[in-house]
Amino acid sequence: MQVTAMHFKRKAGENLCNEKLQKALEKLQTKFVDGRAAAIAELPNFEEVRDAATDIRDKVIRNLDRYLLRFEQEATARGAVVHWAETGDEVNRIVAEIAHQHGLHKAVKSKSMVSEECGLNDALESQGLDVLETDLGEYILQLAHEPPSHIVAPVVHKSKEEIADLFEEKHHRTRTTQIAELCREAREVLRPGFLSADLGISGANFIIAETGSVLIVTNEGNGRLATTLPRVHVAITGIEKVVPTLEDVTTLLRLLPRSATGQSITNYVSVLTGTKEKGESDGPEHFHIILLDNGRSKLLGTELQPMLRCIRCGACMNHCPVYQNIGGHAYGWVYPGPMGSVLTPSFAGLENALDLPNASTFCGECAVVCPVKIPLPDLLRHLRTRQVEQRLRPWPERAALRLWSWMAQRPAVYALGTRLAARLLRAFSGSAQRFHYLPGVTGWTSGRDMPAPAGRTFRDLYNSRRSS
Amino acid sequence: MIARENILARIGKARGPGAAVDVDMAIRRRQRGPIPAMEKDLVKLFSERAVKLASDVAQAGTVTEVPGLIARYLRERDLPMKGVSWPAMAPFGWRDAGIEIEARAARGDDLVGVTGAFLGIAETGTLMLLSGARTPATVSLLPETHIAVIEAGRIVATMEQAWDRLRVERGALPRAVNFISGPSRTADIEQTVTLGAHGPYRVLIIIVG
Repeated sequence: MQVTAMHFKRKAGENLCNEKLQKALEKLQTKFVDGRAAAIAELPNFEEVRDAATDIRDKVIRNLDRYLLRFEQEATARGAVVHWAETGDEVNRIVAEIAHQHGLHKAVKSKSMVSEECGLNDALESQGLDVLETDLGEYILQLAHEPPSHIVAPVVHKSKEEIADLFEEKHHRTRTTQIAELCREAREVLRPGFLSADLGISGANFIIAETGSVLIVTNEGNGRLATTLPRVHVAITGIEKVVPTLEDVTTLLRLLPRSATGQSITNYVSVLTGTKEKGESDGPEHFHIILLDNGRSKLLGTELQPMLRCIRCGACMNHCPVYQNIGGHAYGWVYPGPMGSVLTPSFAGLENALDLPNASTFCGECAVVCPVKIPLPDLLRHLRTRQVEQRLRPWPERAALRLWSWMAQRPAVYALGTRLAARLLRAFSGSAQRFHYLPGVTGWTSGRDMPAPAGRTFRDLYNSRRSS
Repeated sequence: MIARENILARIGKARGPGAAVDVDMAIRRRQRGPIPAMEKDLVKLFSERAVKLASDVAQAGTVTEVPGLIARYLRERDLPMKGVSWPAMAPFGWRDAGIEIEARAARGDDLVGVTGAFLGIAETGTLMLLSGARTPATVSLLPETHIAVIEAGRIVATMEQAWDRLRVERGALPRAVNFISGPSRTADIEQTVTLGAHGPYRVLIIIVG
């Protein structure tokens, strides 16, 4: 997928003024924020499970090559073919080759964010393959030619009326805005697609080293259909998704659905190992697993390594005051919200996503809700530091930071400077005691006024109270 | 194969020498994570949790009551009195109960599917089904109504216990282990939960014994 993170500010601005989007985003609160809170409350030892999950992820990341090799060995022993890819383009090439090798023409896809990284659909379609997205949200986006705006609820930005219009136009059926009927319509349209497809493409929520299995969680059942009916199954996933054992993945499963959608478990959890067995009427004859790096291994050994723990639940974006107000599209790549603000600069280059590490109030909520305790604000702060070090920020900003740093290390200068600034600002603020315009920070004052300081600085007040 | 070597080399370099653990040992230990405290009566807990996830639950004293229970369930909901089942369930007295059942894998237009279950998991009210020649995975997936019959003694507390039972009773994993927790659902449109997405609209679990 093309990175458009450089247009973050403009798109965020547009989205803030988009009434339809604002209305759609309000729904995040009840479903995802309240839902998660209720589901967590039902797990009496949540914090203990969270610590264990964090340990599991760290253990794997520290020995990623060993666990991947063990996974490859076990999966191969069960008849799967394991492929490795450095980039999204390599994934696309491998899938196209598999399709060619087995003579496949029609693919059904279950939701995969990794395939979005690759831009897989466009690549396969250019090779003459039919690709049908089958997750309801992803299917709607495919009809609308739009990218997902959330990693769990990809179509959170659309209203049922917009979807009704889209279905009417594409399905040529009577328009309905009843959600249950829209779902039934999509089921009826997609079912023949499942039955006639010869290639099923899925992601993987986890891959299990002990057994060489791919684990998929879904609610709709499309993940099961896409991996049961077609004669070839290709699973695409990131190298960091490996976990050691079935026991470990069980611990992670206590957290993933609760953190993502507030469910104690998803409707379906499928653990897929190898190919169709002797005498079995369903299941793929060929099973290919593609392990994608795409910048992941570069995070190892750096301050950003904890990001590899991520299990893609989306809790950080659901709870982020920035995401809640601008939605996912502004972030300009596959992954939005705080986790995306760390991943996009790491994958696409810091210079191509200058605003993302700054698109945070540092309220810390993302770290509070992360089921595997990724210190997201720390990682974002680290990216900000790197931006300044690499001179990627504009010079006035860097100069201002340098001046600030110089002052902050000299208490007397700091006290004098702030006292002076407070008085000056007050003197110049006029009778309104507010600034409609401040040179140098016009971006900030274009949307709001800055109130003038009330008079004395904090340090002045503190000193006078202590002495009284 | 170049990608494989490059990726592994980068990972190895980042880790540095000597830091590797014995992965085989770590896997063999199969250490369990923290297990949440739960109700001791597993059948009761399983039923409660399954109902919470929108499954219907019924109890049968013996297996002979099953066809009658299913017939009543279908009739009450005005559902078709015909469907498919796992081959193992062919000898149940379907005809006497007025139901027409074919023992085979499901096709796209079958409306009722009857299966057994390898185990039930009380913690989440979940059914655990194993794929196989005599347990086709499509029967629990393609029809609009899925009915699963499980013995009370096959309900365990946690997924960890289920893995242990699977290792003891089967050794290796089958092609597909499917954990099913209620009817298929979606909340993609306006975050409104709607039952019956691509899989069944309803799930009836009959606990025998």
